[in-house]
Amino acid sequence: MLKTVEPAIAVDQLVKVYKTTRAVDGISFALEPGSVTGLLGGNGAGKTTTIAMIMGLITPTSGTVKVLGAEMPRQRYQVLHEMNFESPYVDMPHRLTVRQNLKVFGRLYAVDDLGGRIAALARELDLSEFLDRPTGKLSAGQKTRVALAKALINSPRVLLLDEPTASLDPDTADWVRGHLERFRKQRGATVLLASHNMAEVERLCERVIIMKQGHIEDDDTPQRLLVRYGRQTMEEVFLDVARGRGEARQAAQ
Amino acid sequence: MRAPSISAVSLAPHRVAAMVLRYVYLLRSSWTRLLELIYWPAVQLFVWGFLQFYIAQNSGFFARASGIFIAAVLMWDVLFRGQLGFSVSFLEEMWSRNLTNLMISPLRPIEFVCALMIMSLIRLAIGMLPVTFLAMAFFGFNVYSLGLALAAFFLNLILTSWAVGIVVAGVLLRNGMGAESLAWTLMFVLMPLTCVYYPVSVLPDWLQVLAWTLPPTYVFEGMRALLMEHVIRVDLMLEAFVLNALYFGAGVLGFLALLKSARRVGSLLQTGE
Repeated sequence: MLKTVEPAIAVDQLVKVYKTTRAVDGISFALEPGSVTGLLGGNGAGKTTTIAMIMGLITPTSGTVKVLGAEMPRQRYQVLHEMNFESPYVDMPHRLTVRQNLKVFGRLYAVDDLGGRIAALARELDLSEFLDRPTGKLSAGQKTRVALAKALINSPRVLLLDEPTASLDPDTADWVRGHLERFRKQRGATVLLASHNMAEVERLCERVIIMKQGHIEDDDTPQRLLVRYGRQTMEEVFLDVARGRGEARQAAQ
Repeated sequence: MRAPSISAVSLAPHRVAAMVLRYVYLLRSSWTRLLELIYWPAVQLFVWGFLQFYIAQNSGFFARASGIFIAAVLMWDVLFRGQLGFSVSFLEEMWSRNLTNLMISPLRPIEFVCALMIMSLIRLAIGMLPVTFLAMAFFGFNVYSLGLALAAFFLNLILTSWAVGIVVAGVLLRNGMGAESLAWTLMFVLMPLTCVYYPVSVLPDWLQVLAWTLPPTYVFEGMRALLMEHVIRVDLMLEAFVLNALYFGAGVLGFLALLKSARRVGSLLQTGE
């Protein structure tokens, strides 16, 4: 008999209504442990609200979210120490140095041998030269690396990323993607990545969930999506879905 | 990584210490912030101290009640700056858009509140201790001569300041930076009613009823009784403590309810302007 593996993230009939707006409208998906999944969609598609509900930041109107078996947000303290999050839209205290920020978050997550962990992250993410500089005085690329170091400080089993390479130059963005790939392989972490960068999604993700107006419009591997939509790139698939041409193209195929 | 405790109400000292460390790093990073902590209490002290001198020269009553204005301004600063120390530390998270990072970390709300209370004490100590020594040097007023009564005054005032700070933090979580002005102004709404510089008896009867619902009123009345009549009003301190326990408990419950509401409306994600 086949042994069923419990999903790292299980979303079931999830709904979030803000006053009269249905930001997320009955979505369901399950992510296998160790998988990398891209969450795609235009502005207002419901990606950020979905990620926020997975993190326990927002209470669902109905439906359930489970992370490593714990229901969010009710049982969040069972799993928050195993999760982390990175987004360019969330900052760290500007006046604290990089080392001070990492120390504070390391202590919040009760990281063992914190000094050693910070040193290892500084080596891996190339932070050593500005470890003692105020975080607010760093360039956008350096800040992203620091935010990534914070997101990895507890070696999370579940890593949520909201446009992790937004506003980065192509070289730095490529470097960040490479590091995320290595981290996932070494740690076996489950990664959910919201992104507008289709090249990033094609490179990192083995599965793509496309959202539109709170619904899941499609959910498959990038390869199968390309075949099904008869397209060469994920960008073209995304545009088909965003502009409502998806069904017509799939029917034609 | 150490195994976490599961209960949402459990308190881990290492996480409280981590948050205190974060605020101490912040204070250390800016000498202007440190100076500002002393600056306003010192200005207040000199204004009210010289006023006390002037009135004492022209009034036998105030000559007898030596130091009454200086004591009042010091006590008011404990109340106001205690709350400000709590609220400003909380606001630092919103100004730096760091609140989301904290809310997705294992930090419990009660640990966050404990760290803010500790920071309120640290900021108060930095600001007020030098000012009490200035009061001795310039006006010959030794607030420490109040002895045990001073401890009772301080305990009651700091509890009120925390109760107000906790509610302000909850409103900020729920409503965002639009409610920031509450942190700076709410205590001044209470100021006329708490009778910092005058006895409760000067208020109209109906306002006196309202004034006696506020714990600081008991402290300021107790302070005047001690300085003018040399009587320690234990009854007033106990009544203030009972009221404070009620308000503090209500503040914590209010904070948790506002946090729950913030999760429902999604305002924990909107931490900027």
